[in-house]
Amino acid sequence: MTARIVMGIESSCDETGVGIVRLHGDGAVELLADEVASSVEQHARFGGVVPEVASRAHLEAMVPTATRAFETAGLTLSDVDAIAVTAGPGLAGALLVGVAAAKAYATALDVPLYGVNHLAGHIAVDTLQHGPLPAPCLALLVSGGHTQLLRVDDIASSITELGSTVDDAAGEAYDKVARVLDLPYPGGPPIDRAAADGDPTAIAFPRGMTGPRDARYDFSFSGLKTAVARWVEGAQRRGETVPVADVAASFQEAVADVLTRKAIRAAGDAGIGTLVISGGVAANSRLSTLAAQRCAEAGIELRVPRPRLCTDNGAMIAALGAHLVAAGAAPSTLDMSANPALPVGTVSV
Amino acid sequence: MLVLAIDTSTPAVTAGVLALGEDVRVLAERVTIDPRAHGELLTPHVRDALREAGTSLQELDAIVCGVGPGPFTGLRAGMATAAAFAHSLAIPAYPVCGLDAIAAAAPGGEPFLVVTDARRREVYWAAYDEAGARTDGPHVARPGDIGTHVRSAAGHGAALHALALGLDVLDPPYPAPAGLTAVARDEVLAAAPPAPLIPLYLRRPDAVEPGARKRVTAP
Ligand SMILES: [Zn+2]
Repeated sequence: MTARIVMGIESSCDETGVGIVRLHGDGAVELLADEVASSVEQHARFGGVVPEVASRAHLEAMVPTATRAFETAGLTLSDVDAIAVTAGPGLAGALLVGVAAAKAYATALDVPLYGVNHLAGHIAVDTLQHGPLPAPCLALLVSGGHTQLLRVDDIASSITELGSTVDDAAGEAYDKVARVLDLPYPGGPPIDRAAADGDPTAIAFPRGMTGPRDARYDFSFSGLKTAVARWVEGAQRRGETVPVADVAASFQEAVADVLTRKAIRAAGDAGIGTLVISGGVAANSRLSTLAAQRCAEAGIELRVPRPRLCTDNGAMIAALGAHLVAAGAAPSTLDMSANPALPVGTVSV
Repeated sequence: MLVLAIDTSTPAVTAGVLALGEDVRVLAERVTIDPRAHGELLTPHVRDALREAGTSLQELDAIVCGVGPGPFTGLRAGMATAAAFAHSLAIPAYPVCGLDAIAAAAPGGEPFLVVTDARRREVYWAAYDEAGARTDGPHVARPGDIGTHVRSAAGHGAALHALALGLDVLDPPYPAPAGLTAVARDEVLAAAPPAPLIPLYLRRPDAVEPGARKRVTAP
Protein backbone atom coordinates (compact mmCIF):
# COMPACT_ATOMS: atom_id res chain seq x y z
CA MET A 1 0.00 0.00 0.00
CA THR A 2 1.37 3.43 -0.93
CA ALA A 3 0.96 6.44 1.32
CA ARG A 4 -2.36 8.22 1.13
CA ILE A 5 -3.39 11.77 2.00
CA VAL A 6 -6.53 12.25 4.09
CA MET A 7 -8.23 15.61 4.62
CA GLY A 8 -10.39 16.03 7.76
CA ILE A 9 -13.11 18.65 8.26
CA GLU A 10 -14.56 19.51 11.68
CA SER A 11 -17.44 21.94 12.37
CA SER A 12 -19.48 20.40 15.20
CA CYS A 13 -19.25 23.29 17.69
CA ASP A 14 -17.34 26.59 17.64
CA GLU A 15 -14.10 25.57 15.90
CA THR A 16 -13.76 25.28 12.14
CA GLY A 17 -10.98 22.77 11.65
CA VAL A 18 -9.21 21.37 8.61
CA GLY A 19 -6.50 18.77 9.15
CA ILE A 20 -4.36 16.85 6.70
CA VAL A 21 -2.60 13.58 7.51
CA ARG A 22 -0.53 11.05 5.60
CA LEU A 23 -1.44 7.40 6.05
CA HIS A 24 1.74 5.40 5.50
CA GLY A 25 1.87 1.95 4.01
CA ASP A 26 2.59 0.43 7.45
CA GLY A 27 -0.55 2.01 8.93
CA ALA A 28 1.27 4.86 10.69
CA VAL A 29 -0.56 8.19 10.53
CA GLU A 30 1.50 11.38 10.22
CA LEU A 31 0.17 14.88 10.89
CA LEU A 32 0.85 17.33 8.05
CA ALA A 33 -1.46 20.25 8.87
CA ASP A 34 -3.92 21.25 11.56
CA GLU A 35 -5.59 24.62 10.96
CA VAL A 36 -8.38 25.90 13.20
CA ALA A 37 -10.50 29.05 13.08
CA SER A 38 -12.32 29.59 16.36
CA SER A 39 -15.43 31.68 16.99
CA VAL A 40 -14.98 31.37 20.77
CA GLU A 41 -14.50 35.13 21.23
CA GLN A 42 -17.84 35.83 19.56
CA HIS A 43 -19.56 33.61 22.13
CA ALA A 44 -17.78 34.95 25.21
CA ARG A 45 -20.27 37.73 26.00
CA PHE A 46 -23.12 35.21 25.81
CA GLY A 47 -21.44 32.88 28.32
CA GLY A 48 -21.80 29.86 26.02
CA VAL A 49 -21.81 28.81 22.37
CA VAL A 50 -24.61 30.46 20.37
CA PRO A 51 -25.48 27.99 17.57
CA GLU A 52 -26.42 30.58 14.92
CA VAL A 53 -23.25 32.59 15.59
CA ALA A 54 -21.17 29.40 15.31
CA SER A 55 -22.86 28.35 12.05
CA ARG A 56 -22.27 31.75 10.47
CA ALA A 57 -18.62 31.66 11.47
CA HIS A 58 -18.16 28.14 10.03
CA LEU A 59 -19.40 29.22 6.61
CA GLU A 60 -17.03 32.20 6.57
CA ALA A 61 -14.04 30.21 7.78
CA MET A 62 -14.40 26.92 5.88
CA VAL A 63 -12.55 27.64 2.62
CA PRO A 64 -9.94 30.01 4.14
CA THR A 65 -9.12 27.37 6.78
CA ALA A 66 -8.82 24.65 4.12
CA THR A 67 -6.60 26.92 2.04
CA ARG A 68 -4.28 27.51 5.01
CA ALA A 69 -4.12 23.79 5.77
CA PHE A 70 -2.94 22.94 2.24
CA GLU A 71 -0.37 25.76 2.37
CA THR A 72 0.96 24.42 5.68
CA ALA A 73 1.12 20.86 4.36
CA GLY A 74 2.78 21.98 1.12
CA LEU A 75 0.14 20.06 -0.81
CA THR A 76 -2.69 20.89 -3.19
CA LEU A 77 -6.26 19.65 -3.18
CA SER A 78 -5.43 17.29 -6.05
CA ASP A 79 -3.11 15.36 -3.70
CA VAL A 80 -6.07 14.28 -1.53
CA ASP A 81 -6.99 10.58 -1.59
CA ALA A 82 -9.89 10.61 0.91
CA ILE A 83 -11.95 13.09 2.92
CA ALA A 84 -13.39 12.64 6.41
CA VAL A 85 -15.92 14.98 7.97
CA THR A 86 -17.61 15.16 11.37
CA ALA A 87 -21.15 13.82 10.83
CA GLY A 88 -22.07 14.21 14.53
CA PRO A 89 -22.69 14.58 17.36
CA GLY A 90 -22.80 18.38 17.55
CA LEU A 91 -24.85 21.44 16.68
CA ALA A 92 -27.12 20.76 13.68
CA GLY A 93 -26.53 24.00 11.79
CA ALA A 94 -22.80 23.89 12.47
CA LEU A 95 -22.37 20.27 11.34
CA LEU A 96 -24.32 21.03 8.16
CA VAL A 97 -21.68 23.50 6.93
CA GLY A 98 -18.82 21.03 7.22
CA VAL A 99 -20.78 18.14 5.76
CA ALA A 100 -21.95 20.22 2.76
CA ALA A 101 -18.41 21.43 2.07
CA ALA A 102 -16.96 17.92 2.46
CA LYS A 103 -19.45 16.47 -0.01
CA ALA A 104 -18.52 19.12 -2.56
CA TYR A 105 -14.76 18.61 -2.04
CA ALA A 106 -15.11 14.81 -2.32
CA THR A 107 -17.26 15.08 -5.46
CA ALA A 108 -15.01 17.62 -7.18
CA LEU A 109 -11.86 15.63 -6.32
CA ASP A 110 -13.55 12.28 -7.01
CA VAL A 111 -12.34 10.71 -3.75
CA PRO A 112 -14.20 8.68 -1.09
CA LEU A 113 -16.00 10.55 1.70
CA TYR A 114 -16.23 9.31 5.29
CA GLY A 115 -18.80 10.85 7.63
CA VAL A 116 -17.33 10.17 11.05
CA ASN A 117 -18.06 10.41 14.75
CA HIS A 118 -16.60 13.45 16.50
CA LEU A 119 -16.07 11.53 19.76
CA ALA A 120 -14.12 8.76 18.02
CA GLY A 121 -12.01 11.53 16.48
CA HIS A 122 -11.03 12.73 19.97
CA ILE A 123 -9.61 9.24 20.62
CA ALA A 124 -8.05 8.70 17.17
CA VAL A 125 -6.09 11.96 17.45
CA ASP A 126 -3.87 10.35 20.09
CA THR A 127 -2.36 8.06 17.44
CA LEU A 128 -0.83 11.16 15.78
CA GLN A 129 1.30 11.68 18.87
CA HIS A 130 1.68 8.28 20.53
CA GLY A 131 1.29 5.78 17.69
CA PRO A 132 -1.19 2.90 17.33
CA LEU A 133 -3.69 2.33 20.15
CA PRO A 134 -3.55 -0.99 21.96
CA ALA A 135 -6.81 -2.92 21.83
CA PRO A 136 -8.74 -2.75 23.99
CA CYS A 137 -8.12 0.61 25.59
CA LEU A 138 -10.22 2.95 27.66
CA ALA A 139 -10.94 6.58 26.72
CA LEU A 140 -12.09 9.39 28.98
CA LEU A 141 -13.47 12.29 26.90
CA VAL A 142 -13.90 15.52 28.80
CA SER A 143 -14.82 18.85 27.24
CA GLY A 144 -17.43 21.58 27.28
CA GLY A 145 -19.74 19.31 25.30
CA HIS A 146 -18.96 15.78 26.43
CA THR A 147 -18.00 13.71 29.45
CA GLN A 148 -17.78 10.06 28.54
CA LEU A 149 -16.02 6.89 29.48
CA LEU A 150 -15.55 4.65 26.46
CA ARG A 151 -14.18 1.21 25.76
CA VAL A 152 -12.31 1.10 22.45
CA ASP A 153 -11.84 -2.34 20.91
CA ASP A 154 -11.13 -1.00 17.43
CA ILE A 155 -10.89 2.72 16.67
CA ALA A 156 -12.31 2.14 13.17
CA SER A 157 -15.29 0.02 14.13
CA SER A 158 -15.90 -0.78 17.77
CA ILE A 159 -16.41 1.80 20.52
CA THR A 160 -18.72 1.17 23.46
CA GLU A 161 -19.96 3.71 25.97
CA LEU A 162 -19.44 2.58 29.56
CA GLY A 163 -20.70 5.77 31.18
CA SER A 164 -21.40 9.45 30.62
CA THR A 165 -22.59 12.52 32.46
CA VAL A 166 -26.22 12.48 33.48
CA ASP A 167 -26.41 16.29 33.49
CA ASP A 168 -23.67 18.87 32.79
CA ALA A 169 -20.49 18.13 30.86
CA ALA A 170 -17.31 18.66 32.91
CA GLY A 171 -16.36 21.70 30.83
CA GLU A 172 -19.83 23.15 31.29
CA ALA A 173 -19.38 22.94 35.07
CA TYR A 174 -16.11 24.88 34.67
CA ASP A 175 -17.91 27.60 32.69
CA LYS A 176 -20.68 27.90 35.29
CA VAL A 177 -18.32 27.95 38.26
CA ALA A 178 -16.21 30.58 36.47
CA ARG A 179 -19.31 32.78 36.31
CA VAL A 180 -19.89 32.30 40.05
CA LEU A 181 -16.29 33.41 40.67
CA ASP A 182 -16.46 36.30 38.15
CA LEU A 183 -13.83 34.65 35.96
CA PRO A 184 -14.03 34.86 32.14
CA TYR A 185 -15.54 32.40 29.63
CA PRO A 186 -14.50 29.72 28.77
CA GLY A 187 -13.94 28.81 32.40
CA GLY A 188 -11.33 26.02 32.18
CA PRO A 189 -8.08 27.98 31.82
CA PRO A 190 -8.91 30.80 34.33
CA ILE A 191 -10.04 28.32 36.98
CA ASP A 192 -6.92 26.24 36.43
CA ARG A 193 -4.77 29.39 36.84
CA ALA A 194 -6.64 30.57 39.94
CA ALA A 195 -6.42 27.08 41.48
CA ALA A 196 -2.63 27.09 41.24
CA ASP A 197 -2.46 29.33 44.34
CA GLY A 198 -5.29 27.63 46.21
CA ASP A 199 -5.68 24.78 48.68
CA PRO A 200 -7.54 21.85 47.07
CA THR A 201 -8.54 20.56 50.51
CA ALA A 202 -9.88 23.92 51.76
CA ILE A 203 -13.52 23.10 51.00
CA ALA A 204 -15.01 19.60 50.84
CA PHE A 205 -17.20 19.89 47.75
CA PRO A 206 -19.41 16.86 46.95
CA ARG A 207 -18.26 14.05 44.64
CA GLY A 208 -21.33 13.39 42.46
CA MET A 209 -22.51 9.83 41.79
CA THR A 210 -19.86 8.14 43.88
CA GLY A 211 -22.22 6.42 46.33
CA PRO A 212 -22.39 2.62 46.50
CA ARG A 213 -25.74 2.55 44.67
CA ASP A 214 -24.80 5.08 41.95
CA ALA A 215 -24.03 3.94 38.41
CA ARG A 216 -20.40 2.81 38.44
CA TYR A 217 -19.24 4.76 35.38
CA ASP A 218 -21.66 7.69 35.09
CA PHE A 219 -20.91 11.26 36.14
CA SER A 220 -22.88 14.19 37.53
CA PHE A 221 -21.57 17.74 37.87
CA SER A 222 -24.78 19.65 38.42
CA GLY A 223 -24.78 19.16 42.20
CA LEU A 224 -21.14 20.21 42.44
CA LYS A 225 -21.80 23.39 40.49
CA THR A 226 -24.73 24.25 42.80
CA ALA A 227 -22.66 23.45 45.90
CA VAL A 228 -19.96 25.87 44.76
CA ALA A 229 -22.53 28.62 44.10
CA ARG A 230 -24.14 28.03 47.51
CA TRP A 231 -20.78 28.16 49.30
CA VAL A 232 -19.76 31.39 47.52
CA GLU A 233 -23.13 33.05 48.18
CA GLY A 234 -22.85 32.09 51.86
CA ALA A 235 -19.44 33.75 52.12
CA GLN A 236 -20.75 36.86 50.35
CA ARG A 237 -23.76 37.06 52.66
CA ARG A 238 -21.49 36.97 55.69
CA GLY A 239 -19.54 39.84 54.15
CA GLU A 240 -16.41 37.72 53.70
CA THR A 241 -13.98 38.03 50.81
CA VAL A 242 -14.45 34.97 48.61
CA PRO A 243 -11.19 32.96 48.58
CA VAL A 244 -11.26 32.49 44.80
CA ALA A 245 -8.07 30.41 44.66
CA ASP A 246 -9.29 27.97 47.34
CA VAL A 247 -12.75 27.65 45.78
CA ALA A 248 -11.23 27.06 42.32
CA ALA A 249 -8.72 24.53 43.67
CA SER A 250 -11.34 22.66 45.72
CA PHE A 251 -13.80 22.59 42.82
CA GLN A 252 -11.13 21.39 40.42
CA GLU A 253 -10.06 18.73 42.90
CA ALA A 254 -13.62 17.38 43.07
CA VAL A 255 -13.88 17.21 39.26
CA ALA A 256 -10.48 15.56 38.80
CA ASP A 257 -11.10 13.15 41.67
CA VAL A 258 -14.37 11.79 40.28
CA LEU A 259 -13.17 11.62 36.68
CA THR A 260 -9.98 9.72 37.47
CA ARG A 261 -11.56 7.54 40.16
CA LYS A 262 -14.21 6.26 37.73
CA ALA A 263 -11.78 5.86 34.85
CA ILE A 264 -9.38 3.80 36.97
CA ARG A 265 -12.29 1.76 38.31
CA ALA A 266 -13.51 0.99 34.76
CA ALA A 267 -10.00 0.00 33.66
CA GLY A 268 -9.66 -2.28 36.68
CA ASP A 269 -13.09 -3.87 36.18
CA ALA A 270 -12.36 -4.69 32.54
CA GLY A 271 -8.67 -5.47 32.97
CA ILE A 272 -7.68 -2.75 30.51
CA GLY A 273 -4.10 -1.47 30.70
CA THR A 274 -4.28 1.80 28.72
CA LEU A 275 -6.22 5.00 29.41
CA VAL A 276 -6.49 7.85 26.89
CA ILE A 277 -7.76 11.20 28.19
CA SER A 278 -8.82 13.65 25.49
CA GLY A 279 -11.09 16.65 24.93
CA GLY A 280 -10.62 20.28 25.96
CA VAL A 281 -10.62 19.57 29.72
CA ALA A 282 -7.79 17.02 29.29
CA ALA A 283 -5.42 19.99 29.28
CA ASN A 284 -6.45 20.78 32.87
CA SER A 285 -3.34 20.59 35.05
CA ARG A 286 -4.94 18.96 38.09
CA LEU A 287 -6.73 16.33 35.99
CA SER A 288 -3.54 15.31 34.20
CA THR A 289 -1.46 15.27 37.39
CA LEU A 290 -3.98 13.22 39.35
CA ALA A 291 -4.56 10.86 36.40
CA ALA A 292 -0.82 10.31 36.04
CA GLN A 293 -0.48 9.56 39.75
CA ARG A 294 -3.44 7.18 39.94
CA CYS A 295 -2.58 5.41 36.67
CA ALA A 296 0.98 4.86 37.92
CA GLU A 297 -0.38 3.38 41.16
CA ALA A 298 -2.73 1.09 39.24
CA GLY A 299 -0.14 0.07 36.64
CA ILE A 300 -2.08 1.67 33.79
CA GLU A 301 -0.42 3.37 30.84
CA LEU A 302 -1.75 6.93 30.52
CA ARG A 303 -1.88 8.70 27.15
CA VAL A 304 -2.87 12.36 26.93
CA PRO A 305 -2.48 14.10 23.55
CA ARG A 306 -0.87 17.56 23.69
CA PRO A 307 -3.40 20.35 24.39
CA ARG A 308 -3.58 21.51 20.76
CA LEU A 309 -4.76 18.05 19.70
CA CYS A 310 -7.18 17.66 22.63
CA THR A 311 -9.45 20.56 21.67
CA ASP A 312 -11.71 20.32 18.61
CA ASN A 313 -9.73 20.32 15.35
CA GLY A 314 -9.64 18.87 11.84
CA ALA A 315 -6.57 16.73 12.50
CA MET A 316 -8.56 14.40 14.76
CA ILE A 317 -11.11 13.88 11.99
CA ALA A 318 -8.38 13.30 9.41
CA ALA A 319 -6.69 10.82 11.76
CA LEU A 320 -9.91 8.89 12.24
CA GLY A 321 -10.50 8.99 8.48
CA ALA A 322 -7.03 7.52 7.93
CA HIS A 323 -7.81 4.63 10.31
CA LEU A 324 -11.05 3.98 8.41
CA VAL A 325 -9.18 3.97 5.09
CA ALA A 326 -6.55 1.62 6.56
CA ALA A 327 -9.28 -0.70 7.86
CA GLY A 328 -11.00 -0.79 4.46
CA ALA A 329 -14.21 0.70 5.87
CA ALA A 330 -17.02 1.46 3.45
CA PRO A 331 -17.21 5.16 2.50
CA SER A 332 -20.38 7.18 3.15
CA THR A 333 -22.85 7.93 0.39
CA LEU A 334 -23.31 11.43 -1.04
CA ASP A 335 -26.77 11.73 0.50
CA MET A 336 -25.49 11.16 4.05
CA SER A 337 -26.83 13.58 6.63
CA ALA A 338 -25.32 15.30 9.62
CA ASN A 339 -26.68 13.74 12.83
CA PRO A 340 -26.57 16.04 15.88
CA ALA A 341 -27.26 13.02 18.14
CA LEU A 342 -24.97 10.48 16.44
CA PRO A 343 -24.44 7.68 19.00
CA VAL A 344 -20.85 7.10 20.06
CA GLY A 345 -21.02 3.47 18.91
CA THR A 346 -21.41 4.63 15.31
CA VAL A 347 -17.83 5.39 14.27
CA SER A 348 -18.71 6.18 10.64
CA VAL A 349 -22.04 6.63 8.85
CA MET B 1 -19.79 29.02 -20.94
CA LEU B 2 -20.89 26.19 -18.71
CA VAL B 3 -22.45 27.29 -15.42
CA LEU B 4 -23.59 25.40 -12.33
CA ALA B 5 -26.46 27.16 -10.51
CA ILE B 6 -27.25 26.34 -6.88
CA ASP B 7 -29.90 27.65 -4.50
CA THR B 8 -30.99 26.52 -1.03
CA SER B 9 -32.53 29.74 0.28
CA THR B 10 -36.13 28.43 0.16
CA PRO B 11 -37.72 25.00 0.73
CA ALA B 12 -36.50 24.11 -2.79
CA VAL B 13 -33.22 22.22 -3.10
CA THR B 14 -32.08 23.50 -6.49
CA ALA B 15 -29.23 22.60 -8.84
CA GLY B 16 -28.96 23.23 -12.56
CA VAL B 17 -26.41 23.09 -15.36
CA LEU B 18 -26.65 25.86 -17.94
CA ALA B 19 -25.02 26.98 -21.14
CA LEU B 20 -24.50 30.72 -21.10
CA GLY B 21 -23.93 32.70 -24.29
CA GLU B 22 -26.25 35.16 -26.02
CA ASP B 23 -29.02 33.56 -23.99
CA VAL B 24 -29.33 31.31 -20.94
CA ARG B 25 -30.02 27.68 -21.86
CA VAL B 26 -30.89 25.11 -19.17
CA LEU B 27 -29.16 21.81 -19.98
CA ALA B 28 -30.46 19.94 -16.92
CA GLU B 29 -31.89 20.74 -13.51
CA ARG B 30 -32.85 18.91 -10.33
CA VAL B 31 -35.26 20.46 -7.83
CA THR B 32 -36.77 18.88 -4.72
CA ILE B 33 -39.11 20.79 -2.40
CA ASP B 34 -38.05 19.72 1.09
CA PRO B 35 -36.81 22.29 3.63
CA ARG B 36 -35.12 19.59 5.71
CA ALA B 37 -33.14 17.94 2.93
CA HIS B 38 -30.77 20.64 1.68
CA GLY B 39 -27.76 19.02 3.29
CA GLU B 40 -28.61 15.56 2.01
CA LEU B 41 -29.82 16.25 -1.52
CA LEU B 42 -27.88 19.16 -2.96
CA THR B 43 -24.65 17.44 -4.01
CA PRO B 44 -26.52 14.38 -5.39
CA HIS B 45 -28.68 16.85 -7.37
CA VAL B 46 -25.56 18.52 -8.76
CA ARG B 47 -24.10 15.15 -9.74
CA ASP B 48 -27.36 14.03 -11.40
CA ALA B 49 -27.84 17.28 -13.31
CA LEU B 50 -24.26 17.15 -14.60
CA ARG B 51 -24.77 13.56 -15.71
CA GLU B 52 -28.01 14.39 -17.53
CA ALA B 53 -26.32 17.39 -19.19
CA GLY B 54 -23.60 15.01 -20.38
CA THR B 55 -20.83 16.95 -18.71
CA SER B 56 -18.70 17.00 -15.55
CA LEU B 57 -17.64 19.40 -12.81
CA GLN B 58 -14.24 19.76 -14.49
CA GLU B 59 -15.92 21.33 -17.56
CA LEU B 60 -17.56 24.13 -15.54
CA ASP B 61 -16.52 27.75 -16.08
CA ALA B 62 -18.39 29.29 -13.14
CA ILE B 63 -20.80 28.70 -10.29
CA VAL B 64 -23.79 30.91 -9.51
CA CYS B 65 -25.14 30.61 -5.98
CA GLY B 66 -28.23 32.03 -4.30
CA VAL B 67 -27.18 33.80 -1.07
CA GLY B 68 -30.65 34.35 0.36
CA PRO B 69 -32.29 35.94 2.11
CA GLY B 70 -33.40 32.62 3.54
CA PRO B 71 -34.49 31.50 6.99
CA PHE B 72 -33.30 27.93 6.84
CA THR B 73 -29.96 26.71 8.12
CA GLY B 74 -30.10 24.99 4.73
CA LEU B 75 -29.13 28.27 3.08
CA ARG B 76 -25.62 27.63 4.34
CA ALA B 77 -25.61 24.11 2.88
CA GLY B 78 -25.87 25.55 -0.62
CA MET B 79 -23.31 28.24 0.03
CA ALA B 80 -20.77 25.90 1.65
CA THR B 81 -21.26 23.56 -1.31
CA ALA B 82 -20.71 26.34 -3.84
CA ALA B 83 -17.66 27.64 -1.98
CA ALA B 84 -16.04 24.19 -1.78
CA PHE B 85 -16.76 23.44 -5.46
CA ALA B 86 -15.28 26.79 -6.47
CA HIS B 87 -12.22 26.14 -4.29
CA SER B 88 -11.55 22.65 -5.58
CA LEU B 89 -12.25 23.49 -9.25
CA ALA B 90 -10.47 26.88 -9.10
CA ILE B 91 -13.41 28.67 -10.74
CA PRO B 92 -15.37 31.73 -9.55
CA ALA B 93 -18.62 31.47 -7.54
CA TYR B 94 -20.95 34.45 -8.05
CA PRO B 95 -23.45 35.43 -5.33
CA VAL B 96 -27.02 36.20 -6.41
CA CYS B 97 -29.87 37.57 -4.29
CA GLY B 98 -32.56 34.88 -4.42
CA LEU B 99 -35.34 37.46 -4.70
CA ASP B 100 -33.64 38.89 -7.82
CA ALA B 101 -33.50 35.39 -9.30
CA ILE B 102 -37.25 35.02 -8.80
CA ALA B 103 -37.85 38.48 -10.29
CA ALA B 104 -35.77 37.57 -13.34
CA ALA B 105 -38.23 34.81 -14.15
CA ALA B 106 -41.41 36.77 -13.29
CA PRO B 107 -43.68 38.11 -16.08
CA GLY B 108 -42.85 41.82 -15.52
CA GLY B 109 -44.58 44.50 -17.59
CA GLU B 110 -45.61 46.38 -14.45
CA PRO B 111 -44.02 46.94 -11.04
CA PHE B 112 -44.26 43.95 -8.68
CA LEU B 113 -42.92 42.49 -5.44
CA VAL B 114 -41.05 39.31 -4.72
CA VAL B 115 -42.02 37.80 -1.37
CA THR B 116 -40.55 34.67 0.23
CA ASP B 117 -41.20 32.99 3.56
CA ALA B 118 -38.97 34.15 6.41
CA ARG B 119 -40.88 32.01 8.99
CA ARG B 120 -41.88 33.43 12.39
CA ARG B 121 -44.84 35.00 10.51
CA GLU B 122 -42.49 37.25 8.58
CA VAL B 123 -41.47 37.50 4.93
CA TYR B 124 -38.46 38.62 2.94
CA TRP B 125 -39.49 41.05 0.24
CA ALA B 126 -38.15 43.38 -2.41
CA ALA B 127 -39.83 45.65 -4.99
CA TYR B 128 -39.08 45.62 -8.73
CA ASP B 129 -39.96 47.94 -11.60
CA GLU B 130 -41.70 46.88 -14.81
CA ALA B 131 -38.33 45.86 -16.32
CA GLY B 132 -37.50 43.65 -13.32
CA ALA B 133 -34.87 45.94 -11.74
CA ARG B 134 -34.90 46.02 -7.92
CA THR B 135 -36.15 49.36 -6.57
CA ASP B 136 -36.42 48.55 -2.84
CA GLY B 137 -35.21 45.88 -0.46
CA PRO B 138 -34.46 43.20 0.36
CA HIS B 139 -36.20 43.61 3.72
CA VAL B 140 -37.65 41.33 6.37
CA ALA B 141 -41.12 42.33 7.65
CA ARG B 142 -44.56 41.15 8.68
CA PRO B 143 -46.71 40.73 5.54
CA GLY B 144 -49.22 43.35 6.75
CA ASP B 145 -46.47 45.94 7.25
CA ILE B 146 -45.38 46.09 3.60
CA GLY B 147 -46.60 49.43 2.23
CA THR B 148 -47.00 49.04 -1.54
CA HIS B 149 -49.08 50.22 -4.49
CA VAL B 150 -48.26 47.31 -6.77
CA ARG B 151 -50.87 44.72 -7.72
CA SER B 152 -48.91 41.50 -7.80
CA ALA B 153 -46.12 39.53 -6.17
CA ALA B 154 -44.00 36.52 -7.12
CA GLY B 155 -42.32 34.07 -4.71
CA HIS B 156 -43.75 31.36 -2.46
CA GLY B 157 -44.26 33.88 0.33
CA ALA B 158 -46.79 35.69 -1.84
CA ALA B 159 -48.99 32.60 -2.02
CA LEU B 160 -48.41 31.75 1.65
CA HIS B 161 -49.53 35.22 2.80
CA ALA B 162 -51.90 36.05 -0.09
CA LEU B 163 -54.65 37.12 2.30
CA ALA B 164 -52.53 39.52 4.33
CA LEU B 165 -50.84 40.93 1.24
CA GLY B 166 -53.96 41.25 -0.94
CA LEU B 167 -51.85 40.85 -4.09
CA ASP B 168 -52.22 38.68 -7.18
CA VAL B 169 -49.75 35.78 -7.02
CA LEU B 170 -47.25 35.43 -9.85
CA ASP B 171 -44.85 32.66 -10.80
CA PRO B 172 -42.21 31.54 -10.08
CA PRO B 173 -42.38 30.47 -6.42
CA TYR B 174 -38.65 29.71 -6.00
CA PRO B 175 -35.32 30.84 -7.49
CA ALA B 176 -34.71 28.59 -10.51
CA PRO B 177 -31.36 27.91 -12.26
CA ALA B 178 -32.30 30.06 -15.29
CA GLY B 179 -33.21 33.07 -13.12
CA LEU B 180 -30.11 32.72 -10.94
CA THR B 181 -27.88 32.58 -13.99
CA ALA B 182 -29.66 35.44 -15.75
CA VAL B 183 -28.94 37.75 -12.80
CA ALA B 184 -25.22 36.97 -12.82
CA ARG B 185 -24.98 36.78 -16.64
CA ASP B 186 -22.87 39.91 -17.31
CA GLU B 187 -20.36 39.18 -14.55
CA VAL B 188 -19.99 35.53 -15.60
CA LEU B 189 -19.49 36.40 -19.26
CA ALA B 190 -16.95 39.08 -18.36
CA ALA B 191 -15.21 36.63 -15.97
CA ALA B 192 -15.34 39.48 -13.42
CA PRO B 193 -13.84 38.83 -9.98
CA PRO B 194 -16.79 37.57 -7.91
CA ALA B 195 -18.13 39.45 -4.89
CA PRO B 196 -17.60 37.55 -1.61
CA LEU B 197 -20.03 34.69 -1.06
CA ILE B 198 -21.77 36.08 2.03
CA PRO B 199 -25.37 35.23 3.01
CA LEU B 200 -28.03 37.95 3.13
CA TYR B 201 -29.13 37.20 6.67
CA LEU B 202 -31.18 40.40 7.30
CA ARG B 203 -31.66 39.24 10.89
CA ARG B 204 -29.19 39.26 13.75
CA PRO B 205 -28.56 35.93 15.49
CA ASP B 206 -30.99 35.15 18.29
CA ALA B 207 -28.82 35.48 21.32
CA VAL B 208 -29.22 37.36 24.55
CA GLU B 209 -26.40 38.36 26.79
CA PRO B 210 -26.93 36.83 30.22
CA GLY B 211 -28.07 39.20 32.95
CA ALA B 212 -26.92 38.95 36.53
CA ARG B 213 -26.35 35.36 37.61
CA LYS B 214 -29.31 33.80 39.40
CA ARG B 215 -28.55 32.96 43.02
CA VAL B 216 -29.05 29.38 44.13
CA THR B 217 -29.72 30.37 47.74
CA ALA B 218 -32.38 32.75 49.08
CA PRO B 219 -30.92 36.19 49.81
ZN1 LIG C 1 -15.16 17.80 20.97
